[in-house]
Order: sequence, then structure tokens, then C-alpha cells
Amino acid sequence: MSEPVIKCQSVYKIFGANAERMLKEANGNVDAKTFQEKGCIVGVNNASFEVSKGEMLVVMGLSGSGKSTLLRCISRLTDATGGKIFIEGQDLLNLNNKELIDLRRNKMGMVFQSFALLPHKTVLENIAFPLQIKGIKTEDSINKAMDMVKLVGLDGRENYFPRELSGGQQQRVGIARSLAVEPDIWFLDEPFSALDPLIRKEMQDEFLRLQEKLQKTIMFITHDFDEALKLADRIAIMKDGIIEQLDTPANIVLNPATEYVRKFTEEVPREKVLLIKDVMDEITSDDMGNIKVSKDEIIENVAEKILTQEKTLAVTDGKNNIVGSINPAKIINTVFGGRKNNH
Amino acid sequence: MELLKKYPKLFQWLFLLAVFFALCFAIDVPETYKFIRGQAEFVKDPNQSAFVFLGKEVRYYAFDVFWRLPPLLGWLPIWINDSLFFLMNDWMPMEFWNEDTQEYKTRPLVLQITRNLTAFMTFLIELIREILLGGLETIVAFTSWDWIDANPWAELPGLPWTIVAAGSSILAYKLGGKGLAIYALLSMTYISIFGQWKPSMQTLSFILVAAPLSFIFGLGLGVAAYKSKRVEKALYPILLVMQTMPQYAVLVPALVLFGVGDHAAVIITMIVAVPPMILLTLLGLRAVPPEVIEAGRMSGCSNWQLMSKVLIPTARRDILIGVNQVIMVCFSMAVISAFIGAKGLGFNLLLALNQLNIGLALEAGLCISLIAILLDKMSLAWANKQVDYFGNLNFFQRNKNSLFFGVIVIVGILLAYFGSIYFKDGYNYLFEVPHNKGISTADFWNKGVDWIFDTFFVYIKAFNTWLIVDVLQPMRALYLRMPAVATLVLVVGAGYLIGGVRSALVVCGLTLFIALSPWWDRALVTTYMATFGVLVSCTIGFTVGTLCFQNKHSTNFMLNVCDIFQTFPSFVYLIPVMMLFGITDTSVLIAVIVYATIPATRYTIEGLRSVPAGLHDAATMSGVTKFQRLFKIEFPLAFPHMMLGLNQTIVFALFMVIIGAFIGTEDLGQYILKALSDKKGAGIGLTLGICVAFIGLIFDNLIRTWVGQRKKHLGID
Repeated sequence: MSEPVIKCQSVYKIFGANAERMLKEANGNVDAKTFQEKGCIVGVNNASFEVSKGEMLVVMGLSGSGKSTLLRCISRLTDATGGKIFIEGQDLLNLNNKELIDLRRNKMGMVFQSFALLPHKTVLENIAFPLQIKGIKTEDSINKAMDMVKLVGLDGRENYFPRELSGGQQQRVGIARSLAVEPDIWFLDEPFSALDPLIRKEMQDEFLRLQEKLQKTIMFITHDFDEALKLADRIAIMKDGIIEQLDTPANIVLNPATEYVRKFTEEVPREKVLLIKDVMDEITSDDMGNIKVSKDEIIENVAEKILTQEKTLAVTDGKNNIVGSINPAKIINTVFGGRKNNH
Repeated sequence: MELLKKYPKLFQWLFLLAVFFALCFAIDVPETYKFIRGQAEFVKDPNQSAFVFLGKEVRYYAFDVFWRLPPLLGWLPIWINDSLFFLMNDWMPMEFWNEDTQEYKTRPLVLQITRNLTAFMTFLIELIREILLGGLETIVAFTSWDWIDANPWAELPGLPWTIVAAGSSILAYKLGGKGLAIYALLSMTYISIFGQWKPSMQTLSFILVAAPLSFIFGLGLGVAAYKSKRVEKALYPILLVMQTMPQYAVLVPALVLFGVGDHAAVIITMIVAVPPMILLTLLGLRAVPPEVIEAGRMSGCSNWQLMSKVLIPTARRDILIGVNQVIMVCFSMAVISAFIGAKGLGFNLLLALNQLNIGLALEAGLCISLIAILLDKMSLAWANKQVDYFGNLNFFQRNKNSLFFGVIVIVGILLAYFGSIYFKDGYNYLFEVPHNKGISTADFWNKGVDWIFDTFFVYIKAFNTWLIVDVLQPMRALYLRMPAVATLVLVVGAGYLIGGVRSALVVCGLTLFIALSPWWDRALVTTYMATFGVLVSCTIGFTVGTLCFQNKHSTNFMLNVCDIFQTFPSFVYLIPVMMLFGITDTSVLIAVIVYATIPATRYTIEGLRSVPAGLHDAATMSGVTKFQRLFKIEFPLAFPHMMLGLNQTIVFALFMVIIGAFIGTEDLGQYILKALSDKKGAGIGLTLGICVAFIGLIFDNLIRTWVGQRKKHLGID
């Protein structure tokens, strides 16, 4: 496997006057409560993980869990108090100001919850802004920005001001701006949280479409567990600055690591999240009949097909080879069983 | 007892008032007490007591300490004065190269710095002035007088008024469209035809130097304060005092440092105009959302790009208000600095007022106001203007304004040339209409004033007499009757009840400074005039504001009226009142009232507007009548903002009271005016100014503290 694009090694972020000294004295054993008594607030507590190329890591947590702080450490909008962060092998915390600016101009893009558009610039100028900062000629930057406008479907509105747009449209501008320099790494800080539910769903679909096309390395922050399940390759669940569990959506739903994570997974409609491959059994010698299901289907889509059979079905991969089996009891068990309180 | 528990604050206040009145009655007026002569004067009199402090002898009339505190700070003005002179004449003598005599010369450092500064300012002003009016100085600055003598052709010719008028109109069109262009053309033509061209251009050249310099310094210092807490902490007290310091008072020390003339006026204007610019820049930069800053950083902005392309443009709204303030102050100072020899409309205005030629004063005042409004609107339009990006226009389209201006220049020069042939023996009206050859409406206005006087004399006189005898005199006597100790107790008590110990200490310090200065009585008179003005202004402002708020159109109309009135230089307000009431306290007070009503009205409307719409609807749905809604919902919620209006009203009133000294009042302002013509007046002027500033700051502190608490209580901001 090639080198991870983002690599964090026990990253700490502690707010307060003597944060660095206290972290040293704590010797890698940071307890939020004792720190708070001494006037320090722990934002991120010993975060270690990797994100590989083209992967989407969603960081999920409630407000105050440190997820935005973690993102700001990785984009170095704030400096981490301890630990190491590598971006494509470069030690982020050792970059000087010029190198950091270079990195941001060429490798990183970021989308913000409150859109953070410049109020005095039009849609087109906002999108062209990072390009012009880089020193690209006005005409070229405007042309490039126009392509971006088309990409996010805002053509015809390029000369509007942010205040003249709806929330969803403003966030499209934010997305287009963050993509204008064609970054490899894309940070999204609760990009859809300020939007109405219907618009949010539309934007999520749009986002998936874009990602399919662009294949960026993504860190996506959200407080919405459903959103995380829908978008993520892997999910990191944070609480009080600590990453409680980092795993694929299926594994988190099936095997929550802590009580805290379990609470989130309880209400999740599993048939909508899990794929056949997540729950299938090994190939058995039983008669599996002629009906086959693909391993990449969501359970919901093939549930009727499976449940109307009384015997085990064969599961196939993309090339129609049989790779496993599934039987109706397993489906029923997965979807309805195993919940703590079945009211 | 239950009442006491229910309203503890009310009883505390009642107690304070009771103590105050008890003190007032307990302390008798000393038999020897007489206003004015009651305190330190610089005449020697065997009845005076004296003390020596820091080598300065201070003489004063001693009274019972409870009645009037002894002027222990009496040495301060003398000391300031001596220090200034020492700085200017004896401190750090150094060798400096003298260009004219071609040799080294010994000069004190400060003198050299101020002389160089003034030379630079003079050069800037002369440069613009000579482009507009013609002259020699700029060329001399680059060469020498000898060279000029050898080359008599070398003189800047100045622009014909037609070119300036059309040019400003084109600029206005480019910035703000047709309406502004027409306004620019009309006002410039008016100025020319009515023979005010020369003084107007002199004033304009002064402002074109002072305003941009103030803007740049204000913005720069604002940014510095935003970036560094230490700079902010160092600047803050100065800013605070400058906000309430009357502009008059700055004139006097500057006179010592920079001498007399336009250059000194520019420097003083900067001293006055920069603080509000700093404050508003800081306010604007603070209000930029953190995510916008992060977005800028993530776009790869360097620090400089972040400031110039993200922070400042995003804070544009507040910075614009700052620009507005700068322009307002500049025009205000354009008049006031005529006292120290600045040329232009202000000088003419003062001269006319001095001669009681109301008509002439009115014309000069009108011209200042026209230019003020024009520059104000143009700067607003400039800041709001968007940059066009698309380069797909051809050369002619892109440069049509410049080309048009080129044509205008040629046409203007040709016109002026024909003019010089046509008006053979006289004045070339197509080049410049001389001061006394324009159309003048002065006679008309003077006759009008006479007519008003003849017709309404009885009524005006009756009103005047009633106001002075039945209202003002008793009120003044009442203020002067307060023993110093009683006043101190009242003010400090109020500070304690409103803001606790901290507030009480601040207020106590400020009051003590005034009480220990030699001018406590004068300060009382200033306060009485300001109080009267503020009371009437607030009554009018709150009423008018509330009434206007009932209708959307009248709200906008009123805010526009306030905008325009605010653009007038403060001196202009004296013209119409002198027209009606002549040289009396009434005139000053009415000017104060008109001037101070602007912020009162504006803040009332804005306060009422800031009441959340949701609450408005909620109240309506609980079935309140219009009056109930106003008194139960809107007033309580808008009150904190309206109190900030009161704060502004007080500052405005104080400024006008001080300016009123020009008409003749017996308060601090009169002494400031006196100090202007006194060779040793610098210290006195500055100390007096600080006294006035402190009166403002006492109220400022009390009101702001109260508003802060109230807002917290109501959960606003």
C-alpha cells in the first residue's frame, strides 16, 4: 500500500495558558477532568489515524466533541499542542509559513459550515479568489472559476452576490471555491449542517456525485450520524476529544466498540446501511437454488427477494462468481434482532 | 419594608438624593463667593492664597473646602506650557543641515521635526491648491526663488472652473451614476457663479490632504491595534479622551508646536479625525466572522493578502462609517481651524459672523455644506463600487471617461482663452469668477433678517427674555449653588449604584480632576448649558423618532434627514440661530438643541428598529394595542440603544456649547477661545479641553456601564 495522504500520530490539542507544559507532565496520559481543574480545556486527546488516497473519512461527534478542532489541527488553522501530523509524508508542524501557504494554495481545499463567503465579491469572484491569491492572471482565473460554477450547477448566477443566494446555493459556491485550485485533500467542516433537510439530502447526493468524479482524499466533519453512514468509507466517532471508534460504517453498526457508540447505532435502520457482504455467511454445501444476490446490494433492496425464499441463497460478486451465502433468518436477525430494548 | 425589598435600587437612589440635598442645604454659600472671580485667576490680588508646587506658584481664592475645592491642579497648565516651550526650544539641540544657507545649524530636535512636518504638509496643500487655482510655490519647492526670477514663465496656471466642475461631475458619474453627477455639476456651478470659487478651492485642497491622510493613519493604526493587544491598550485611553475632547481645545497646543496656517490645520484635523477612524476600523475587523478568516487562510493568503483582501473588505461597512466620520470632522475643522489661520470658506464664514453679516455667512456656510455632501456621497459611492472584470471592451469603451475628460480639458482651456479675449478689460469669467464679482444673495438675506427682526422683534424678544430670566438664569444659579462636595457625592454615588466600586472610582477620578482644576465654576456652567440642551434634544429626538418609526417611509426619510444634517460642519448651525436670536445664550442653546437632536432621533429610530420582529408579532398576537406594544415591548427593549443615543447627544451638545463660546458664553469654551489668542495659552487650552472631555467621559462611563448591564439582563447581543 502506498503512503497515506494524511497521517496523525497521537495528536493533542489543549487550550489554556500552560497547555504545553501540562501535556509534557501528563506523559501521554491526559485526563480531561484534571486538566479542566487547572484551567485547560482538552480539545483533541491522543488522536492517531491514517487516511489513504481517495478515501473519505467522516469524523462524527456531537458539539464540543473536538471534531472541528481536530480538523483545524490537520489544516493547521490552529497548531496542535502535541503529536505529529504528516501530509503526504511532509511533517506539517515543521513547515514554515511560506511552505504552509504553498501547501494550502496547491493541496488543500476547505468548506465551512457558515459558508464563509466574502460578502463583497460575486459568486464568480469568490470562486476565483484562491486562484487570484495564487497569482494566476485575472482572465485565466475567471475562466477556471466559470468551469467550477458549471460543475456545481450555478450557471446563470455567477454575477450574484452571496447575500442574494439561498443557503444551499451559497454552499455550492463554498464547494466550488474549495475545489478551484484542484486540491488533493478536501476538508469539509459540517458543510450541510446549516441547510434544510430536503436541501441537505440534495447536497449530499450532489456531493457523492462530485466525489465519484473527482476521487479526492476527504475529511468530512458532521454531527449527523445518518449523514456519516451515507457518505463515509470509514467513520471516526469522537467524544470529549477522544476517538471512540474508527471503522467502516458496517462494522460500527454491527460491532460498536463502546457504550457511547452503541447509543448512536441503536436507532439506525440497518437494512439501509448494511450490504449483503457485511452479513453473508461462507459458502455452504446446502442447495442454494438459482436465485442469486449481489454482495454489493444494500439489504433493503434485496430483502423481499431473500425473505420470500425459504432456503439459503447464493451471493455473487461482480463477475457472477459465488462468494458466499445468505439465508432469510440471518436477514431477520440482523435487521430486527440484537437491539437492546425491543419496545 | 416590603416596598424596600421589592425595589432596593429605587431606595438606594432616593437615599443618594437625600444625602445630596442634605449636603446642599448644610453647606452655606460663603459671603465672599462670587462667580468667575471665585477661583484662580492669573491676576495678583492680596486676598488670594497661594501655594508652590513643582516650582510653579499657584494663586487662588480660598473657600471652605466643602464649598469649592482649592485648585490644587492649578500648576498643571503652567507646567504643560513650560514643558512645551522647553521641548520646542531647548530640548536635544542637534546639528542640522540647512539647505538655504548651505551650512550646519544647531536646532532643538522637536523644533526640527515639527518644522519638517509642516513643510511637508504645506507642500501637499500647495500642490493641490495650485493645480486648482494656480501659483508658484510648488515649482519653487523643486527649484528655488532665484530660478523663478530667471524664468518668469514658470507658474502653474490653475484650472479654469469649467474644467474642475465638469471633471468632478465625470468622476461623480463614474463612481455613483447620473444623480450624483448632476449634483456635482450643479453645486460646483453654483459655487462658481456665486463668487465663492477661490475660498472653496482653498478649503477643498485642505480637505483633499487632510481626509486621505487621516484615513490612511486611522486605518493603519486600527489594523495595528487589531493585530497587537499592546498597541490597543496603549491607544485606548487616548482614543477615549479624544472622542469627547472638543476640537477647539486641540487647536491651542498645536499652535505652539506647528505654528499658524493651513499646515497646522491639517495636522490638527488629523489628530481629531484619526481616533474615530481607528475605533471603527477596530470594530469592523473584530466583527469579521472567524470562519471567513479561516477561509482566507485556507485559500493560501499570506498575512498581507489576508488583511487587504479578506479582512478589510469584509469589515467595509464599519470602515466606511469611519470614512464618513473623517470627512465630517475634516469639514468641521475646516471652519474651526480658521481660528489659527487656515484659508478658505471657514475663514470667510468666521469673518462674516464676526461682522454679523448673516447673508455672507449663509453663503459661505452653504458652499461648505454643498462640498461636504458631495465628498461624503462620492466616498460612499467609491467604497461601494464593484470592480468590473471583463476585459472584452475595446479601448474607447474602457477609457470613455478619461477620453471625455480630455475633451473637457481642451474645451475648457479654449473657453478660457476665448474668455480672455472677450472680457478684455475685466475679469475672465470663464476662468474664475472673482470673489466679489459673483452673484451675491447676501443683501437679500440680510434684508430678510432685518425684516424678521422688525416684524417679529417683539415676540422674539419676549421669548428670549422669558427663556433667559425664567428658565436659564434660575437653572444656572441652581448649578452654581451646588457645593463641590455634594456634587462629588452625587456623581460618585451614581457611579457606585450603576457600576459598583470600579465605576465609582473612575467617575471619582474624572470629577476630582475638574474640581481641583481652577475652572470648576466654568465647568458647572458648561454642564448646565449642556444639560438644558440635552434635555430638550432628547425630548424632541425621542418624540420625533418614535412618531417617525410608525411608518416605514417616514423612518427612511428621517434617517436621510439626519444623514444630511450630520454632514454640515458644526459652525454652520450658528448662522440661522444668530439670524433669529442675535448674540445671546438663547442662540447658543438653540444651536446646541438642533445639533444634538440628530443623534437622539437617529438612535431612537435605530433602537426601535432593532427590536426583533418575532417579539413584535408575539405581542400583537397577545392582543396588545399599539400603545401597549410601544410601552411594554418596544421601549424597554430599545431603551439600551436609545441610551447610547443619549451618550452621543451629550457629546454633541458639549461640542456645540464650546463652539458657542464664539457667540459669547461664560463657560469653559470662553476660556479656550481666550487661550487661542494668548501666547501662554497652550497649557490652559489643553487643560480646559481635558476638563470638557472628562465631563463627557463621566456621563459616557455611567451610561455605557448601565447599557452593558441592561443588555446582558435583556439578553441582547
